[in-house]
Amino acid sequence: MINRDLLKRLLETFGPSGNEETIREVIRQEIKDYADEIKVDALGNLIAIKRGNGKKIMVASHMDEIGIMVTNIDENGFLRFTNIGGVSPFTALYQRVMFADGTMGVVGMEKLDEMKDLALNKMFIDIGACSKEEAMKKVNVGDAACFYTPYVQNDDYIMAKALDDRIGCYVTIEALKALKDCPNEVYFVFTVQEEVGLRGAKTAAYGIDPDMGIAIDVTLTGDTPKAKTMDVKMGKGTAIKIKDNSVLAHPTVKNLMIETAKENNIPYQLEILEGGGTDSGAIHLTKSGVPSGVISVPCRYVHSPSEMVSVKDVKSSIELLVKVLEK
Amino acid sequence: MLLKRLTDACGMPGGEGEVREIILEEIKKYVDDIKIDRLGNIIATKNGKPGYPKVMIAAHMDEVGLMVKSIDEGGFIKFAQAGGLDERILVSKPVLVGKNKIQGVIGAKAIHLQEKDERETPLKTKQLYIDIGAKSKEDTEKLVKLGDYVAFDSEYVEFGNNLVKAKALDDRAGCAALIETLKHEYNVTIVAAFTVQEEIGLRGATVAAYNINPDIALVLEGTLCSDVSNVPEHSYITKLGNGPAISLMDSRTIFPKNLAKRIFDLAVKNGVDIQYRLPSPGGNDAGAIHTIREGVPCAAISVPCRYIHSPASVMSKDDFEGLKKVVKLFLEDIKEGEYIRD
Amino acid sequence: MLRDLIKELTEAHGLTGFEHEAAKVVEKYFKSYSDEIKIDKMGSLSAIKKGKAQNPKRIMLAAHMDEIGLMVKKIDDKGFIQFTNIGGIDQRTLLTQEVIVHGKKKLFGVIGSKPPHLLEASEKKKAVKMEDMLIDVGFSKDEVEKYVSVGDPITIRRKMLNLQNDMVAGKALDDRAGVAVMYECLKELSKMNHDCDVYAVATVQEEVGYRGAIPATYHISPHIGIAIDVGFGSTPELPKDETSDLGKGPCIGFGANIHPKVYEKLVEVAKEYNIPYQQEIYPGATGTDAWGMQITRGGVATGLISIPLRYMHTSVETININDIKNAGKLLAYFIVSLNGEDLEGMLCY
Repeated sequence: MINRDLLKRLLETFGPSGNEETIREVIRQEIKDYADEIKVDALGNLIAIKRGNGKKIMVASHMDEIGIMVTNIDENGFLRFTNIGGVSPFTALYQRVMFADGTMGVVGMEKLDEMKDLALNKMFIDIGACSKEEAMKKVNVGDAACFYTPYVQNDDYIMAKALDDRIGCYVTIEALKALKDCPNEVYFVFTVQEEVGLRGAKTAAYGIDPDMGIAIDVTLTGDTPKAKTMDVKMGKGTAIKIKDNSVLAHPTVKNLMIETAKENNIPYQLEILEGGGTDSGAIHLTKSGVPSGVISVPCRYVHSPSEMVSVKDVKSSIELLVKVLEK
Repeated sequence: MLLKRLTDACGMPGGEGEVREIILEEIKKYVDDIKIDRLGNIIATKNGKPGYPKVMIAAHMDEVGLMVKSIDEGGFIKFAQAGGLDERILVSKPVLVGKNKIQGVIGAKAIHLQEKDERETPLKTKQLYIDIGAKSKEDTEKLVKLGDYVAFDSEYVEFGNNLVKAKALDDRAGCAALIETLKHEYNVTIVAAFTVQEEIGLRGATVAAYNINPDIALVLEGTLCSDVSNVPEHSYITKLGNGPAISLMDSRTIFPKNLAKRIFDLAVKNGVDIQYRLPSPGGNDAGAIHTIREGVPCAAISVPCRYIHSPASVMSKDDFEGLKKVVKLFLEDIKEGEYIRD
Repeated sequence: MLRDLIKELTEAHGLTGFEHEAAKVVEKYFKSYSDEIKIDKMGSLSAIKKGKAQNPKRIMLAAHMDEIGLMVKKIDDKGFIQFTNIGGIDQRTLLTQEVIVHGKKKLFGVIGSKPPHLLEASEKKKAVKMEDMLIDVGFSKDEVEKYVSVGDPITIRRKMLNLQNDMVAGKALDDRAGVAVMYECLKELSKMNHDCDVYAVATVQEEVGYRGAIPATYHISPHIGIAIDVGFGSTPELPKDETSDLGKGPCIGFGANIHPKVYEKLVEVAKEYNIPYQQEIYPGATGTDAWGMQITRGGVATGLISIPLRYMHTSVETININDIKNAGKLLAYFIVSLNGEDLEGMLCY
């Protein structure tokens, strides 16, 4: 059963990289009764520990989403901005953005001779202020905003912004709650600043020094018209990562995942991503190295205001994660 | 004069010796311990009182420059960039080659001999060469060897409204400010890291931070200032003369908001001019320090420098004084038990 | 000392049209070896050394003391100076150069532009245009306007560099090197007896069309006029047949702009006294004061001596001091070789 209420809260909460306080609180409230210990580290990672005697496993999903940061407020109350993480000018154009306090804005652009010249420095945010003073009552240089889209779900699909990686957080939360007979010590880490360079995962992994790392993130699909060749399809099961640009999944971890999926009849796919990275990219190079892998939720339109996943895949992912941890 | 001596000295990434010597001489009577680590960073500790945090303060000793790549048959020197710079500024500049600072020039084809479209295309680094006036390859090889570092020949000049022109203000200004900081007494323990190889990827800072393992860190830098006329105001990054600039975000770090704000407010409260450095491409030692081990809260405070990474970078003496004041204010403001991590 | 003279000359400021400072340096050095110094209406400076003959013929030497540079075009609201070029400046050499703005007060400035971080990738592949560059003198608009007006000259600030093998580099060696040659010549002549009156003229405004040489030649009306300028020194990327080598002696020019007998005599003298020399051919214009001198009044027999120079019209022009010494000697011996000559006969076609 999908917990719609939790999903909605996760997906609509403000949390661009570097500004994860709000989403961290939402997650902490949700898990506080299920973990033996909860702490927050120097960069803001939320770490929930389920004690055990066996191996130390770190499960990471990132709380942060892409967004923008205000760089200048002009005399007429328009805001100039830069990107936090991978924001394309073409997907940002005419989107709504939301600041931490709920102030809303629209992204506009200067007059252009050719649309292909569109770039973030030719765009601005309009919060409906008429002057610099009026704008500064609500927003200041250095403030961050996330994109705003209402969450939509039917029985089969979910459409929302920030499925990357709030859906990963959801999978992790549900797994945490469902975990029963686990022999291992599991560190559920809700990381920060993945979108700007896997930064939270790097320091969290250093502190934990795990025996194995598993990241839960989204991956692309190859099943839309004239898409880049990729074997992953939405709705055909959870994706076990073989490689992306940040990591070659460690064979023990990868094989463990495949075996577990087979044993439990969990629909799965094998994923090769030509580009992109996840927290495992940082985890596996910690100290003397950590065998790591990734469980991915296939997702269309990543980094757009309307990302899309299949409910079935989300369920498979949760199941796989739980069973792997229990092994 | 300290800043002049520091900017006149030559120190490229991997060859910071001359600068290191000057700094060691300057700080030795103000600190309790000095170490040089495996990469050449200076780690100088000034013990504070128990119960107060360990503050790492970093400023990098290296500057961008060139390195001798090969010497051709005619004795002309081909070179590579050491650190990143806009290669369009290299033409028609005097340089100093190697430890003995042999004078040389980076010339260009006479304009009379050029086609029109040549004049509109910048010369690439690999088309350029340094001429030291040698007769032949052997002649040059008596004075210059492969791997020698090459610095711009640019002296310290004061001009305009209390401005300074010099090479390497990024980051000798930071080094000078850090040296001055060490001359006062504080409750906190300060570990000053004069780092190496920042310009080629924050290399020195990475290992220094690992060894120091501080509770909190400050980075003192020279930063982008593009407040010239044909740049729209929203792209200025910082403004010359508006005080030192506190970073919010750059390519390598998203700075913790409350720490940046604390320092900003402290400056305002004490009547010191201060500004924010607006988010832009570029990075500094904080990029390496804040993700070391389990993470370290970091702030970066910089002097705005026009024409950064060129032989003629320009800063305001007022901003430089402001930087020193702000650092001192912040260090004195840290209370017992703050920032300490277990 | 020749090196000191060259240093003072190259570091002096004398933009085309504003040569007075450079003229002062020339006067300072030339007066010890000449009988009279005169400055004409355009600003060209003549150092006259009288000959022994009763009706001396006149030999004019011309080397231009003006240099290329910039000029204030506009002072913008932030106190930055927009500028234009005077003479053939390669805009690619200007970025981050240091300059002096010669207003009521001399102001130090830096030529800057948009920093590379803010450029599109396609912009970085193109040279920055002069219109997009600004001079930063570090003052506000009001303060700048107190000292600087539109039209004020701007020159590059460059200390002379001492390179290996008697080579030096600096700005304006085109053609302060030629002025130094004239000094050497006058010095040599002071030890010799010569019949002709020698007019060593440091001309103005050569870079914009030999505007100093033309009236100076008219006024002096010499029998022989020799321009001393700079030629293209060889560097790795230039074809050998378009350049000459530094340190191998001055170039003696040959071609339509040069009177054949003047050419022959110069070569003869060089060979006789073992002075190293090179040859340079010019099918048409030489691009020097010789072009202006040749057709003044009824025509002048002209010659051209060039000092090999690398990186012409940059601020790191490079020459070999020995070439200057040898050129000075060559000219002195040439002048002395005319003692007793029937010039009319010699120069007759």
